[in-house]
Amino acid sequence: MKEYICVVCPRGCHLSVDEENDYAVSGNSCLRGEAYGRGEAKHPTRIVTSTVRVRSAVHPRCPVKTDKPIGKEDMGEAIRLLDEVELIPPVRRGDIVIASLFGSGTNFISTRDIDE
Amino acid sequence: MIFDVAIIGAGVVGCAVSYYLSQYELKTALLERENDVAMGASRANTAIIHGGYDPVPGTWMARLNVEGMRRCFELCEELDVECRKTGSYVIALEDEQTETLKILLEQGVANGCEGLEIIDGDACRAREPHLTEDVAAALWVPESGVINPWEFALAMAEVAVRNGVSFMPNTRVCDIAWEGDHYVIGAADTRESFEPLDRDAEPYAAAGSARGTGEQPTTGGERGKTMIRARYLINAAGVESDTIHNMVAPPSFEIVPTRGEYYLLDRTVGPLVKSVIFACPSAAGKGVTFSPTIHDNFLVGPNAEVIDDRDDTAVTRAALDDIARKACRMVPDFNPRTSIRNFAGVRANSTCGDFVIGKAAENFLDLAAIKSPGLTCAPAIARAALDILREDGWLSERKADWRGGRRVVRFKEIPEEERAAFVRDHPLYGRVICRCETITEGEIVASMKREIPPVSIDGVKRRAGTGMGRCQGGFCGPRVLGIIARESGRDPLSIEEDGAGSRVLVSETKKAVRRE
Amino acid sequence: MRDHYQLIVIGGGPAGLGAAFSARRGGLDHILIVERDVELGGILNQCIHNGFGLHYFGEELTGPEYAGRLIDRLAGLGIDILCDAMALEIMPGEQEHSLRLVSADAGYRLVTCEAVVLAMGCRERTRGAIQIPGTRAAGIFTAGTAQRYVNIEGCMVGRRVIILGSGDIGLIMARRMTLEGAEVLACVELLPYSGGLTRNIVQCLQDFNIPLFLSHTITKIEGKDRVKRVTVQQVDENFRPIDGTEMYYDVDTVLLSVGLIPENELSRAAGVEIDPKTSGPVVYENRETSIPGIFACGNVLHVHDLVDFVTEESESAGEAAAAYVLRRSDTDKVRGRDEDHTGKSGDPRQASCFSLVPDQTIAYTVPQRIRPACVDNVVRVYFRVKAPYKTPKQIVFRDGERRIVASFRRPYMAPGEMEHVVLKRALLDGVRGDHLTVSVEEIS
Ligand SMILES: Cc1cc2nc3c(=O)[nH]c(=O)nc-3n(C[C@H](O)[C@H](O)[C@H](O)COP(=O)(O)OP(=O)(O)OC[C@H]3O[C@@H](n4cnc5c(N)ncnc54)[C@H](O)[C@@H]3O)c2cc1C
Ligand SMILES: Cc1cc2nc3c(=O)[nH]c(=O)nc-3n(C[C@H](O)[C@H](O)[C@H](O)COP(=O)(O)OP(=O)(O)OC[C@H]3O[C@@H](n4cnc5c(N)ncnc54)[C@H](O)[C@@H]3O)c2cc1C
Ligand code: SF4
Repeated sequence: MKEYICVVCPRGCHLSVDEENDYAVSGNSCLRGEAYGRGEAKHPTRIVTSTVRVRSAVHPRCPVKTDKPIGKEDMGEAIRLLDEVELIPPVRRGDIVIASLFGSGTNFISTRDIDE
Repeated sequence: MIFDVAIIGAGVVGCAVSYYLSQYELKTALLERENDVAMGASRANTAIIHGGYDPVPGTWMARLNVEGMRRCFELCEELDVECRKTGSYVIALEDEQTETLKILLEQGVANGCEGLEIIDGDACRAREPHLTEDVAAALWVPESGVINPWEFALAMAEVAVRNGVSFMPNTRVCDIAWEGDHYVIGAADTRESFEPLDRDAEPYAAAGSARGTGEQPTTGGERGKTMIRARYLINAAGVESDTIHNMVAPPSFEIVPTRGEYYLLDRTVGPLVKSVIFACPSAAGKGVTFSPTIHDNFLVGPNAEVIDDRDDTAVTRAALDDIARKACRMVPDFNPRTSIRNFAGVRANSTCGDFVIGKAAENFLDLAAIKSPGLTCAPAIARAALDILREDGWLSERKADWRGGRRVVRFKEIPEEERAAFVRDHPLYGRVICRCETITEGEIVASMKREIPPVSIDGVKRRAGTGMGRCQGGFCGPRVLGIIARESGRDPLSIEEDGAGSRVLVSETKKAVRRE
Repeated sequence: MRDHYQLIVIGGGPAGLGAAFSARRGGLDHILIVERDVELGGILNQCIHNGFGLHYFGEELTGPEYAGRLIDRLAGLGIDILCDAMALEIMPGEQEHSLRLVSADAGYRLVTCEAVVLAMGCRERTRGAIQIPGTRAAGIFTAGTAQRYVNIEGCMVGRRVIILGSGDIGLIMARRMTLEGAEVLACVELLPYSGGLTRNIVQCLQDFNIPLFLSHTITKIEGKDRVKRVTVQQVDENFRPIDGTEMYYDVDTVLLSVGLIPENELSRAAGVEIDPKTSGPVVYENRETSIPGIFACGNVLHVHDLVDFVTEESESAGEAAAAYVLRRSDTDKVRGRDEDHTGKSGDPRQASCFSLVPDQTIAYTVPQRIRPACVDNVVRVYFRVKAPYKTPKQIVFRDGERRIVASFRRPYMAPGEMEHVVLKRALLDGVRGDHLTVSVEEIS
């Protein structure tokens, strides 16, 4: 059994997920909670946000995010890859900063415009 | 090279001495272990220019208070230092205390105070409506007021430096030896004792410039140790003045470090008090003081606690609770939740009970154990020191080209009708950096171009007034740090919040591999 | 830049951007946004994490993306934008309001306008306000200041960190600092429950095994130059530290996430009535303050946890400001007419009005006053409860005669999550007496 707190809505149900029993979820008050619990138990994923360097006097850093959730266990490694990057303006919101992380098809994209 | 005079300690006393000495043809050094002037008691006190009724006649304190008070106001005018003659009340909360008021009044008259008057409780409350209804009577002291204490010290030191005095920060006096016709001072670089939090970062001592002004001493001996030579020493080392004394002369007094803690209240509490309010001393101990500041905030405190560590300016729950309780007795509307900052200062009280002013050895003058009202007395203490130097024949020639005076542009003080033109001509005064106190980039940059430039965020705070308000630098801190780095060409990571060792930032994020 | 505008919006964060947009849509041609930062977006620019926009845009965005969309919306609408400029003073007038502005580029000037929207956001509570004993070493930051250093300036503020307060900004920074290589040792909360969203507790603390100590506080900070050590203690129900529960942490950094306060110095100085419960202006159903023609929205009005509601609120404030301006020019044209073009009748200042009075279970409501005659169809009432409720409860509105005017069920409520209900005009018309009491009650 694994225990989770559902984060889908503010109610915060305490979920139990039984891995032995086809990831059966209990403690949830609604179906969204069930899906959340199963996902957390099987393969938890997160959107990762961070920054990268920019060659700019006004904006030394540009915020970035993964355009899809990535495995929780990959967060640290993904962030380290950003150490290698320096952007040169202009940068547009949505520009790919690192393409296909670990060959997954998930990209780090810029989340703002930087003109100079 | 050999200095004529070296002043040890750049508190308000050392700065006042340097100010007056700079008027004479002397090579003077002002040595300070911290990275700026006024880092000791002179920056953490109640900021009151005392009226002079309190010291017992016959003491140095009694002799110098009224003169000091008047000189303070004159110097503030001359050096554009913020001060305000608020007057003060000593309030009696019980009928018996009215007797004490009479004694204080007589003492005041003996010490030369003018305009003292005892008024009844109703009259006092008519003028200070937030006071408790228990006020039975009050001693009115019209001449007293409040001052910006660190700006006062700084202003005097700036004029001194402008007139050739060498200011040496980060210079901690460790030992002193007499070499027949001069002293040799062994001083350590304070910054050497700090390790940056990030191993890759620049060491403290290497960061920024040495910041000294005028002629620099030679380095020799142990690593980081400097030898400074001077024919005459003036000990103005505050809580360490006994330590310095003992380096040269047999022990004759001992500092009893006594800490006082405070609340600083937001000015949005409204006009709680217009004048300084003292509790009448009584058998139950000393009450606290309620005092408006020159920035229209309110100071509530201090308590008095003897402590072991002379540098321990921490605040404690017990003292703050105690102060709050006493403050409510005087001003029932006092609410600790309106506080924007707590701080503490350490008084250089001593076993002698009075200021220690006088020669302790050949060419060695103590201006030691300068406890309250030392801020008020500082200019008079400095004049007394000059009298002694003059008697010893050191003050023969006045500088012909001495340049006094000082002007500071404060955006808030520019008259309404002139502001538009001023900002047009000086656009940096149109960029507000500290939103709580409305301090502009122009004021910060100007403070960095004066004789003793600030090296830290609090250094700018003490000069320009940034971060003094309710957000306590939360908003302007990063911006001020950026301006310091830009104006002084320093690495932002090396910039301190306050004293040496107090770096704000530890490293950069994202160690990008630089590809050209 | 003009010398006179129909509307001036103070603050270019999401609230200001939303108000300007909807006022333009509501028919105003001359609008100015004044922003003291060098760019629009407000606090969102430093909130680089995601979790914004689910309600409003229907997708999860980061702060800068959310701001970017609001800014893009204004393009081509002819709204004047003055950044790097500070509004110093609002001088309300009978005919028009004046505003004193200062900026390096535009200088020191007086601008007049018919309506003002206050959208200045909020600031963080500092150490001084909560009086943590100890030294005043470097390394003590409010979480928002640390966020700015890390996300905007690209500088780390510490290596070993403890966080006081479980507000969302603190939680977000716990994760942010960890991912940047710092060690976050604990998050300490005075109350017996967390002030942050559950989602942030899970994804910012639990994901990184950072312990959360409820009913604990920092009772001492040591270190002369830089923070060296803090003492953490459990507190009793009166928030007094309990002896013998001391825990010591060797840290170089303390982040404070101990609350936000609406930034109302300008409003206060202008004479706008302030609600001590919210620290923001007292407003009517249309977010108009006690001074006619001055409106407020966003964090300056009350602290929001979701930017989506800021946008919603600011759009209605902007609309109301536009209606106000247009109504005035209509009345200038046709004196005596008492229907304005939006169909609302009467001069709102003459309309009858009742107050919303929170009882001891409710921290505050916004709006605080409602003029039923001025409500189009519905009015949204935002509120916070004072304590968490884990089981279903109802929110009850009672009028001056203690009659239940409306009630709403909520399965779960917490002080950290702003709630809202929608009151229909028809209900409001039936209110007797001069107030409506709001309370949390058992479901009967
Ligand atoms: C809580 C409190 C409240 C007070 N309230 C008032 C008031 O309201 N009104 C009033 O008139 N007075 C007041 N006083 C007294 C007043 O603040 C002091 O008397 C005055 O500031 C003393 O100035 P100073 O220059 O002697 O000492 P300081 O300002 O302490 O300066 C001494 C300097 O010497 C330096 N130093 C020490 N050792 C060395 C060394 N080895 N090498 C180099 N430098 C060294 C220190 O770093 C320090 O900067 C108060 C004091 C306290 C503590
Ligand atoms: C750190 C943090 C994290 C958050 N995380 C989330 C989240 O995950 N999800 C979510 O939905 N919401 C989140 N929020 C909430 C949401 O971002 C805020 O509620 C929203 O940004 C408030 O908008 P605002 O426009 O009222 O204030 P702000 O964004 O603060 O904007 C106010 C603007 O006014 C300007 N200003 C102030 N005074 C003046 C003046 N005198 N002259 C000129 N300009 C002035 C300021 O510079 C500022 O740009 C978070 C908030 C914070 C602080
Ligand atoms: S299970 Fe459903 S009700 Fe419970 S917290 Fe999750 S989403 Fe909310």
